[in-house]
Amino acid sequence: MAFNVKMMVMKRWLCTYVQVSMDVKHCAVKLSVHPCRGLVDEKFVVVVQNVPPGIQLTVHAFHRCEDGHGWEAFAHYVSDASGSVNVSRDASLGGTYSGVEQMGLLWSLRPVPGSKPGLRMRKMNVQTPMEFTISVHQGFRSEGFLDQVPLASQVVERWYMAPGVRRIPITQDDLSATLFLPSGPGPFPAILDLWGGSGQLVEYRAALLASHGFASLALDYLTPKITQETGKMVDDSYFEKAFGFLQQYPQVLTGRIAMLGLSFGCSVTLRIAAYSLVVKPTCAVCISGSHVQPIGAKQEDIFAFYDQYSDKIQVNEKNQAVMKMMLLPITSDPTLKVDVGRVQCPLLLVVGEDDQNWPVLESAQDMKEMMERAGNSHLLTILSYPDAGHLIEPPYAPHTQVSSFRSIGTRHKVTALWGGRSVAHAYAQEDSWKKMLAFFRHNLYAAP
Amino acid sequence: MDVKHRAVKLSVHPSRGLVDDKFVIVVQSVPPGVQLTVHAFHRCEGGHGWEAFAHYVSDAGGSVNVSQHASMGGTYSGVEQMGLLWSLRPVPGSKPGLRLKKMNVQTPMEFTISVHLGYRTEGFMDQVALASQVVERWYMAPGVRRIPVTKDKLSATLFLPSGPGPFPAILDLWGASQLVEYRAALLASRGFASLALDYLTPKITQDTSNTMENSYFEKAFGFLQQHPQVLANCIAMLGLSFGCSITLRMLAYSDVVKPTCAVCISGTHVQPIIAKQEDIFSFYKQYSDKIQVNEKNQKIMKMMLLPITSDPTLKVDVGRVQCPLLLVVGEDDQNLPSSESAVDMKEMMERAGNSHLLTILSFPDTGHLIEPPYSPHTEASSFRSIITQQKTTALWGGQCVAHAYAQEDSWKKMLAFFHHHLYAAHYSPPASRLTAKF
Repeated sequence: MAFNVKMMVMKRWLCTYVQVSMDVKHCAVKLSVHPCRGLVDEKFVVVVQNVPPGIQLTVHAFHRCEDGHGWEAFAHYVSDASGSVNVSRDASLGGTYSGVEQMGLLWSLRPVPGSKPGLRMRKMNVQTPMEFTISVHQGFRSEGFLDQVPLASQVVERWYMAPGVRRIPITQDDLSATLFLPSGPGPFPAILDLWGGSGQLVEYRAALLASHGFASLALDYLTPKITQETGKMVDDSYFEKAFGFLQQYPQVLTGRIAMLGLSFGCSVTLRIAAYSLVVKPTCAVCISGSHVQPIGAKQEDIFAFYDQYSDKIQVNEKNQAVMKMMLLPITSDPTLKVDVGRVQCPLLLVVGEDDQNWPVLESAQDMKEMMERAGNSHLLTILSYPDAGHLIEPPYAPHTQVSSFRSIGTRHKVTALWGGRSVAHAYAQEDSWKKMLAFFRHNLYAAP
Repeated sequence: MDVKHRAVKLSVHPSRGLVDDKFVIVVQSVPPGVQLTVHAFHRCEGGHGWEAFAHYVSDAGGSVNVSQHASMGGTYSGVEQMGLLWSLRPVPGSKPGLRLKKMNVQTPMEFTISVHLGYRTEGFMDQVALASQVVERWYMAPGVRRIPVTKDKLSATLFLPSGPGPFPAILDLWGASQLVEYRAALLASRGFASLALDYLTPKITQDTSNTMENSYFEKAFGFLQQHPQVLANCIAMLGLSFGCSITLRMLAYSDVVKPTCAVCISGTHVQPIIAKQEDIFSFYKQYSDKIQVNEKNQKIMKMMLLPITSDPTLKVDVGRVQCPLLLVVGEDDQNLPSSESAVDMKEMMERAGNSHLLTILSFPDTGHLIEPPYSPHTEASSFRSIITQQKTTALWGGQCVAHAYAQEDSWKKMLAFFHHHLYAAHYSPPASRLTAKF
């Protein structure tokens, strides 16, 4: 047997047969998480020291989200010869993740047992940090963490907003939006940030982008005040107004404005990038989206278009809706998909190959072919992640495979299957975010 | 450089950290070969402005990385990753004798790092920077608890680390000026329950004009021993300046206070033994005519106690010390003869046979006020000595760069010393209880 394998076997054997009684009165276990304050996309290092060598420990993470639900993750480790565990170096032997996963305690978080089903972790108030408690317990535990006093614990703060970032609610011109400005005098390049089909004003990604130097406008376009008052959905002039707002804004660089869409936000982004005579984004990023939509239709009619295929939605054995079936196979009718051959700016598509909500992979393939035929495929970059699902969020956010979802368009409340396998999805979030920031920096900062 | 069409990108990573964490400052997206000034500004609690700046030339990739590139001049030069903090100085026009100290440790210090076009040395506030970033630096980590202590007529602040404990502890003694909490707060952020003890101006002193006797320190030590979140047999003492006098006296003579280890920064063992605190003050006062004054009217107070006396009744018998002792010495200390005292203490311990307990960290060109890392170096400042009751300008000594290095190096080694003696040394593997079946 190779030496490493021998040592692993020895370690496990030792743990099975050795009875170690650790007298905590005479031994202070030291837990450090560095850094203990950081942005949500920063890594940390969790180290346990001053325990006997070769003993079983559980490292645990706990978070109570804004709506009061408890989330937890845990992993089993054996301390090394020097009496320590380093989560970024040592392999977890089991828990909510296994193997060497530096940030596993965050991305493998799941609702505590007994929670209501279909939860999704989202921070709505971005001006305060998320607080996590990392703790270390004796032995291999998988439950009852809150009932016992840990050997040590450390509170960790994770922020969406860096110091100096300003949050500015925008209500002029019937816009429902929040502008986040980076620290400093500016002017800054900007990003118009569009979320997906559940509507509302979701701020955290825009806040985080501002922490990275981009003025970011989180725009509510499905449930804005004007729609709530009039009952009518906005049309494309709303996006033109939002884009124009950014262009006029004194701390924004007029010629450096990008668009970012997730899910249904991609439909808007692609449509605008291809057809708008007014909105000319410097570049665009589309995460988990499709170009399939009736061209020239109002927003209400686009939803009606999707609705007509709702009988194609499959429901799996857990009663979860597999919605991507609605739009498969990808139509060959040119009036039913955005002509991406008309796109004139760099376009980055982020694709989870296990996306069960939209036919993202198939759409990306079709878009590539359209752009190759049109001769503008040099503008296209596709990041495609095996076993990643639909909700590709900023890094270390817990992977949500399934959650309750009420689509604004169809008004149905379902349990939507988003797809993805935890580890692969976590990797996709980390890798795509890094590349997305680099894409924005390259196109919005560096390019002359 | 047409700034309308170009966005300069400045990043400081991390933008939030503890005061002893390092950061990396990077400027990007400027043309190559351009002269730039990177500037730091801080407005302290007293309302005074502090600033530092350094001159750089952008590289071929159009960027400046402060941790890799050399400053061509400013308040520091050469490659100095944290120079923008430790070279901070009061802005022009400030009143003299200022010292940067954070009194409210529950909020962060905020610094604004900015980048300007060209080599500038002044007028930073009058122009709009190319880019800037606010940076927070904290003394307290999340979860650290601050607990004012007033029981038993103690006047102190206890800082507990995050978590359930129990924790090893440190009794933190400052010098002959008002109580500061920040070092104890930072030690708690590094895993040590820390008690910042006010021993010169607590209520009892103000009421009765009696200075604190040994019993006060024994009470403080006992308070820690009894505290449910403190490991009773893992308590250290830490002294700075006059706090060392107390620490060394306790180590050598107290039947009650038995610290696990001790650290003395910028201190001396010279003091009349078996004397009340007020007698110690009188002892120093009688030598006040030996204080020298330099051409800037700054007091060089170390002359009071030089040469180191050979009278055994006038210095702590460190041959009686029974725990590991770390001395931190600035060789350019102008306030106390800490360098000469350390040499004398070493000789005493060698004669007594306990010098294996002694470690000395001695730093050339380093002054008296050896603070946690990246604090600005204060060469001289206004000082009201509790001992003499006079307000003067004291010369602390030290050269900026060397002093900054000493603060960083001594802090790191001090934390390692505490960790070794308070955490690691107190773990005893239960080898006898292992019943392995092979």
